[in-house]
Amino acid sequence: MTADFRLPRGGRIDRDSALRFTFNGLSLTGRQGDTLASALLANGVHQVTTSIKYGRPRGIMAAGVEEPNALVQVAEPFAEPMLTATTVELYDGLVADGLVGHGRLTDEPDPARYDSKHAHCDVVVVGAGPAGLAAALTAARSGARVVLVDDQNEAGGSLLGTDDYLDDRPSDAWVRDVVAELDATPDVLLLNRTAAFGAYQDGFVLALQRRTDHLGFDAPRHIARHRIWRIRAKQTVIATGAHERPIVFGDNDRPGIMLAGAARTYLHRYGVQVGRRVGVFTTNDSAYVAAIELAEAGVDVPVLIDARHDVPPKLGAECAARGIDVYAGHVVTGTEGRDHLTDVHIGSLTGWHADTVVCDTLLVSGGWNPAVHLFSQLGGALRYAPGLGAYVPGERLPTARAAGSAAGAFEVTTCIEQGAGAGRDAARAAGFSPGVEVAVPVADARAEETPSAVLWSVPGEPNGVFGAEYVPNAPFGSVPDDARFVDLQRDATVSDVLRATGAGLSSLEHVKRYTTIGTAHDQGKTSGLLAAGIVADALGEDLADRRPTTFRPPYTSVPFAALGGRDRGELYDPVRVTALHDWHVAHGAEFEDVGQWKRSRHYPRQGEDMHAAVLRECRAAREGVALMDASTLGKIDVQGPDAAELLDMLYTNMMSTLKVGRIRYGVMCGIDGMVIDDGTVIRLTEDRFLLTTTTGNAAMVLDWVEEWLQTEWPHLRVFATSVTEHWVTVPLVGPRSREVLATLAPDLDVSNDAFGFMTWQDGTVAGIPARVCRISFSGELAYEINVNAWHGLALWEALIEAGEPYGITPYGTETMHVLRAEKGYPIVGQDTDGTVTPQDLGMSWAVSKKKADFIGKRSFARPENLRPDRKHLVGLLPADPTVLLPEGGQIIESDHLPEPPVQCLSPHSPAGLNRAHRVVAQPPVRMLGHVTSSYDSAALGRTFALAVLRSGRERIGEKLYVPIGDQLAAVTVTETVLYDKEGARRDG
Amino acid sequence: MQLIPCPWCGPREEVEFHYGGQAHVAYPAESAALSDEEWAKFVFFRDNPRGPFAERWSHAAGCRRWFNAVRDTRSYELLAVYRPDQERPVTT
Ligand SMILES: [Zn+2]
Repeated sequence: MTADFRLPRGGRIDRDSALRFTFNGLSLTGRQGDTLASALLANGVHQVTTSIKYGRPRGIMAAGVEEPNALVQVAEPFAEPMLTATTVELYDGLVADGLVGHGRLTDEPDPARYDSKHAHCDVVVVGAGPAGLAAALTAARSGARVVLVDDQNEAGGSLLGTDDYLDDRPSDAWVRDVVAELDATPDVLLLNRTAAFGAYQDGFVLALQRRTDHLGFDAPRHIARHRIWRIRAKQTVIATGAHERPIVFGDNDRPGIMLAGAARTYLHRYGVQVGRRVGVFTTNDSAYVAAIELAEAGVDVPVLIDARHDVPPKLGAECAARGIDVYAGHVVTGTEGRDHLTDVHIGSLTGWHADTVVCDTLLVSGGWNPAVHLFSQLGGALRYAPGLGAYVPGERLPTARAAGSAAGAFEVTTCIEQGAGAGRDAARAAGFSPGVEVAVPVADARAEETPSAVLWSVPGEPNGVFGAEYVPNAPFGSVPDDARFVDLQRDATVSDVLRATGAGLSSLEHVKRYTTIGTAHDQGKTSGLLAAGIVADALGEDLADRRPTTFRPPYTSVPFAALGGRDRGELYDPVRVTALHDWHVAHGAEFEDVGQWKRSRHYPRQGEDMHAAVLRECRAAREGVALMDASTLGKIDVQGPDAAELLDMLYTNMMSTLKVGRIRYGVMCGIDGMVIDDGTVIRLTEDRFLLTTTTGNAAMVLDWVEEWLQTEWPHLRVFATSVTEHWVTVPLVGPRSREVLATLAPDLDVSNDAFGFMTWQDGTVAGIPARVCRISFSGELAYEINVNAWHGLALWEALIEAGEPYGITPYGTETMHVLRAEKGYPIVGQDTDGTVTPQDLGMSWAVSKKKADFIGKRSFARPENLRPDRKHLVGLLPADPTVLLPEGGQIIESDHLPEPPVQCLSPHSPAGLNRAHRVVAQPPVRMLGHVTSSYDSAALGRTFALAVLRSGRERIGEKLYVPIGDQLAAVTVTETVLYDKEGARRDG
Repeated sequence: MQLIPCPWCGPREEVEFHYGGQAHVAYPAESAALSDEEWAKFVFFRDNPRGPFAERWSHAAGCRRWFNAVRDTRSYELLAVYRPDQERPVTT
């Protein structure tokens, strides 16, 4: 049911436009300049949705971001949940529906772009109302670089919702002049549709600019839909205005009940009358103006109910002149209506007078809350102002100041004065002398006559006092035992608050969490202070003595897509590829991510799955010849006269004794003695080494080297440089590798005598200068060939060609893992987790006993690291050679799984260590360790695993169990080296 | 997000920096001479004061150099930045 509520005149809308939109399936028309809310009201639609808990009809209550009720889900042009109808600018073709509490994310990919931009300035001003405009203009006139952000589609702030005159001209003329001067001033940036949602230290302000939302279907794709402005300013002026505060009374949630200031905004900004017969309920003078202006616009305003006993004389007389009955000392005690307000019950606060007034709309004003959110976010203390019944900035901050309504001033000239003062002070603090003063115009706005009263909630018993019978109008859901709503979005009532205080809660932070008040999308903009006041009254305390809740960013909702900006999809994280990547792609490699690297995991042939491919690749490496791309290995060039001394401290091994031309495997530990990385060290010259690191730890190890060099041993003359991407590294592996290399490197003597294990030589391979290292990560004869990355592909292709007669096979990381695991070589980060010492890995041989000190050494002697029941690296052989143990699988002694709940005893708990204690009805299951690597082995003809196991080396030969789902796999503990134990294969 | 004044680069955004814990905790010259308790104190224990605290920072996404800073842990305000080889300056 719709009707025309658009007034014949007024409003900042384009009356020649016709924007067709659909709401809740209803086809409606609005005007350019409307919000969805104003367009709905213009069509007589108040109800937007039903409430989340009780299913009660809910309508439009506000005209801005403070809206607690009118949540909508936009369906077209792109699905977006949880928007308020009061902040969605209308466009042609909009399709939206009311939202019951929870939004629905679309599963369509968002086609829009989002980005962010930095802005640096001397003064940032938040809010382009009277105070903000005056602040920005004053600062700009002093020569300061100014950024002015405002969340509306045009500047003006509260002036947009009035018909006030400034200096005998409509106020928008004053606004136009200021904006024109700002636009003409260099280094001033005015951003509309830009909501500052967070203020942080050091003048950092985050703002969300909605750049194309208002264009709907016409939004150009090449313009970022939203932009996050990252503003860094020397000084911040907070001119964010104020939000009107409702009053709590029985059935205060019906559609048709709205804030008085919102009705003024709908009248003046959108040319919409919010109802045909409008009552007003207030505690202050501002709602009188709403009543008078609506009456002037031809709306029937039968009553104004003022909780105060003293009526403002002039405003009261103006009301009387327009036929508005003013009831002083009265309150609204309840309402009637189902999907729309029909009647308002009123009662005297002191006497016995009660009445019922027929109204389709009730305007409410309980006063105004300064929008102190950003000030509080900056750590500024708030002070309770009893005259306002609200918090105001309570201290001076060195780099931020509030002005205008945000500072508790409500008359337009005061706001302009304060704004100009704040702009001048901010510019001066940023180092600028004041320029030409901004003249304060003369305003015709009606002045406040009588002080406001503070009324959080109409006193009385819930449900039916004053004779107002509560009719549950919920079509579904449960019925509240109290219909005095504090937080409409959360369906939280006065009784809910009193339950919290009754349960002993007194801190507002606790009450908020107990009742959920203030935790909805609106973050309690209308409800937070009401709850605070009701709690204080219930506890018999003064709000001035109580601590307000802390305001935290964001001030208004920010889409995650906007925060993500360009950092999604391909741009989310850099993708690193080796110089051989295109070859791998062309040859059908499957890739895996290792850190940011794409590494070839395996090279399946037609019809092969990974399992088959890996078995084939392993066989080639063990029986013929195979090669892989190991270019991702971290490489660090360490140079300087003291390089050897540094490496002696960083590695557990002795590196200073390494001869030029030789290579040593090395382990690095933290000061706690735990392994952090491993790799090889080759000595290039007396004062130059090349370190390799695991692929994923390359950056960490370089940082580690730098940290010790810079902070502990700055006297060491050493430089460390990452050269990871300078080299292409190709291990050529297998019994036939020597023959392949000999073909391509005629000037190298590749015999074992001339080119021994763990030595390196520079030479020419396939005509390319190369460094060849006898390193093996598979146990097979192997040569690691390093060439300048530019020549990597030429080397690789030459190796493939030369190896062709031997069936040379490219292999990936999966095969590399199987080969190394068969030899019991651990991978740092897979078989270790930061709690594993070299000794735990069975690598005492890599720990120098000669060096006086190295990082980690002292920790090896800590009692904890000498415990006999530490977890050791071991091998596991499943009893069934086809069973592949899950990596991460727990190892237990029990041959059956107890019914859950399973009591878990830590081996450290005294009772847990005693076997006798474990004979109980419900035996606890001790976790002895876990599987770290698990593979099917072509060489062994069976599955196997590596694991860390408590007292593992003492358990070799023991039979243990690994749960797989609800089954148990029996395993035998073995040494780590399962293939070629005597190491006969590495020399070919 | 804070601005952190790198002694070499000037003020830069917090995200460019890496935190390195308490400053002026030197690696013990004679680690073998320390008791288990003394060693554990070096490895695992750091101060956590309310107020000015001397910390190590690294300009990890900038000049990659380490420096020390005195930071008030109540306000996050950086009261001083100085090179690792300098004494902790007097701050108020
Ligand atoms: Zn720097």
